[in-house]
Amino acid sequence: MSTRTRPRAHPDDDTTTYREALREGLREALASDDRVFLMGEDVGRYGGCFGVSLGLLEEFGPERIRDTPLSESAFVGAGIGAALAGMRPVVEIMTVNFSLLALDQILNNAATLRHMSGGQLGVPLVIRMTTGAGRQLAAQHSHSLEGWYAHIPGLRVLAPATIDDARHVLSAALADPDPVLIFEHGSLYNAAGTLDPAVHQVDLDHAAVRRQGTDVTVVAYSGCVSKALEAAEELAGEGIGAEVVDLRTLRPLDDATIVGSVRRTHRAVVVDEGWRSGSLSAEIESRICEQAFFELDAPVERVCSAEVPIPYARRLEEAALPQSAGIMAAARRVVG
Amino acid sequence: MPSLGADMDDGTLSQWLVHPGDRVARGDVIAVVETAKSAIEVECFESGTVDALLVDEGTTVPVGTPLARIGPSAEDRPTADRPPSTPLVRRLAQDRHVDLAAVHGSGPGGRITRADVEHAEPELEPARAPERDTTAGPSEPTGTGIRRQQGTESARRRRSRGGAEAKTAPTARPPRPVRSDDSTGQRQAPQRAKSSPLARRLAAELGVDLGEVTGTGRGGTVRAQDVRSAAAAEGAPQPAVPDVARAATARLMSRSKREIPHFYLSTTVDMAAALEWMRARNRELPLSARLVPAALMLKAVALAARKVPELNGHWGVSGFVPAEEVRLGVAVSLRGGGLAAPALAHADALSVAEVMAALKDLVARARGGRLRASETADPSLTVTNLGDQGVEAVFGVVYPPQVALVGLGRIVERPVAVNGLLGVRPVVTATLSADHRAADGATGARLLTTMEKLLQRPEEL
Amino acid sequence: MNHDQAKAFVRQAVQRVVPDADFAGLDPGVPLRDALELDSLDFLEFVEALAELSGTELTEDDHPALGTWDGCAARLVAEASASAQGRSA
Repeated sequence: MSTRTRPRAHPDDDTTTYREALREGLREALASDDRVFLMGEDVGRYGGCFGVSLGLLEEFGPERIRDTPLSESAFVGAGIGAALAGMRPVVEIMTVNFSLLALDQILNNAATLRHMSGGQLGVPLVIRMTTGAGRQLAAQHSHSLEGWYAHIPGLRVLAPATIDDARHVLSAALADPDPVLIFEHGSLYNAAGTLDPAVHQVDLDHAAVRRQGTDVTVVAYSGCVSKALEAAEELAGEGIGAEVVDLRTLRPLDDATIVGSVRRTHRAVVVDEGWRSGSLSAEIESRICEQAFFELDAPVERVCSAEVPIPYARRLEEAALPQSAGIMAAARRVVG
Repeated sequence: MPSLGADMDDGTLSQWLVHPGDRVARGDVIAVVETAKSAIEVECFESGTVDALLVDEGTTVPVGTPLARIGPSAEDRPTADRPPSTPLVRRLAQDRHVDLAAVHGSGPGGRITRADVEHAEPELEPARAPERDTTAGPSEPTGTGIRRQQGTESARRRRSRGGAEAKTAPTARPPRPVRSDDSTGQRQAPQRAKSSPLARRLAAELGVDLGEVTGTGRGGTVRAQDVRSAAAAEGAPQPAVPDVARAATARLMSRSKREIPHFYLSTTVDMAAALEWMRARNRELPLSARLVPAALMLKAVALAARKVPELNGHWGVSGFVPAEEVRLGVAVSLRGGGLAAPALAHADALSVAEVMAALKDLVARARGGRLRASETADPSLTVTNLGDQGVEAVFGVVYPPQVALVGLGRIVERPVAVNGLLGVRPVVTATLSADHRAADGATGARLLTTMEKLLQRPEEL
Repeated sequence: MNHDQAKAFVRQAVQRVVPDADFAGLDPGVPLRDALELDSLDFLEFVEALAELSGTELTEDDHPALGTWDGCAARLVAEASASAQGRSA
């Protein structure tokens, strides 16, 4: 991969990046529980193909930072076995596109064993993978398939969108006795910010209201949250108060927060980097209609990726993805 | 609030005849409602105990608004408002002229489903609600039926022709601006104001008639803010004295001209045979049973409608739906202005004498404001007879969702060539206004010529 | 029956059909149906009422004579005197 980036040191201030926050989470987990180990393609000597695990091999040794062959089905299966045997494996899959090679293990084994064994077998496995576009990595590396995983009972699906969530998501995921998928948006790794020292854990059960507003609820997650916040800022200048809800957990969905916000604003825009047809955004819109139909003062709008394989060319890629301009336009339509 | 026909949008609850806690039986008259045209006693068709009166006396509410909640028994129970109906159900109900207030909702929480509306069709009589489960669930409001009013003071006033009295009836509501028509004509189905679910809920809560609210949303959609504004405006003093009947006619006729591509046909009917036969009959009949020419012509139209079913029915979302019987609407001008078009049921099956009796009864009661619900249900074809006003021909406006209207002028004596000889004969100009979406000129011509032929053999009517 | 009595019958009969009909300014010679906006059913009802109130038999053939207030009164007076003569004869 060409996007490998050396970790930046911040000797002079306390800013950090999404990538560093994830690494700190890994380091904390490895240090505090010796059942935890990380495995995946190039996570060791190379430091992770997006540089998340850089330096961890040196710190924790090859027993706990394990490079695997290019065989997603095999190493995810190995992770499931280790979890069944009492370990707390963290498996990294390079991108969600490649996770499809391990889909059989994830769906037919990890997600189902608890149910098929009558509760006797648990799979406390954490799988991290990169999702999303925006870095000119073309169709094989850029799709957003987390909505598919959010379809599967037996899995918890997380999508940290902020540095604080990135920092604390792993400990929360490891505390879950069942398989958890963490989707890290590729365009967020370099996002910089300051960790809130008051935050020590992430509440996986609740979506987060990232910005309050009275006129329209913008539901987003992962890489689209920052775009929604940008749009909300612009809209405020037009006198439209947009409330931005960051889903944070894609499965199970926090209906109460979503619907609660819509009950206040009476209008909703759902932003999803997945393709519109059969998407997570469709599910969210359905739930809004099911649970808050008589609160709606306008049809729900969606802003999704164009239904094409994500293009390589920069302009085309930008055009194919949800952008803040599109979110603003949708918000203006529903507010009218 | 029960609906009394396509042109009724709201009604005023003028008097409650029951109080909360009263036990009521099916068929009991529980309230008096004033519509644009008449005062009507509302009966309930559920037995139970009045839980709450939801509408205050003197309040005007849209058709479909629950007036009272009737619980299955006297014991206290949690109450729930009737769930708002969905956009689909409301559109279906409007298209099919089903009164939602009278439909029993079989969906969750008493919600009215599409099937409920479909089953409520075609007769306006609401389906009898199934036996209630008295052990579980919140009580549902029950629909109300209508029965004829026994002649209230206000009905008398409407009959008076002074006008001033009737116009200042305390229940009348000033007209608000009719919403602007933003229709682009792409949909020919009956227009319905789009409104957001929240706007509908608010409208029900605030007692605002959505049909009267100007929508500011996309495509004229009525939104919550519009309803709030309308509710605020309603509280403000209104300058003008309203003419509610005029407004009702205005709305319906505007809708007709907006939606229906009319075409018009006209023919002259020789009435010599019919009048001669009628006079002979009248000599034998007691005064109270004597016929007027209108009765013969109505019967002829009814028979013609049976023979040309393409014009006897209604235009709905899926196009023309022929009616199963001939329900002949008779346009009656009301003293003091306005129109009513009550229906003569099975007009084709009645004898001329029965048509005459029914006509007298219907006109008297229409003017007295004592129509029955069954008579206000939509006719399948309407006849307007302006001949009594002295004009020779009337080219009418079709009453939606009907597709045709027959106009009858004055019977006049005119020189006519019969069998090569010029003679003076009584003739009447019969016209047809019809909806070109539903039928073509040839079909219309068939209706008029059929009627003309029937009038040449009055003894067979 | 004199003419004024007959006119009173006519007024009563009209008021059965149109309760608040105003006779104050009514020209007895103008057509009743136009002045009072009676349609054919109203007119029939009026004739019915007039026959009942005055005890006069009125047939279909009498209708043309019943067009005005005066005409009605004249018809009633004529009928009354005819039947009186019939009795006295």
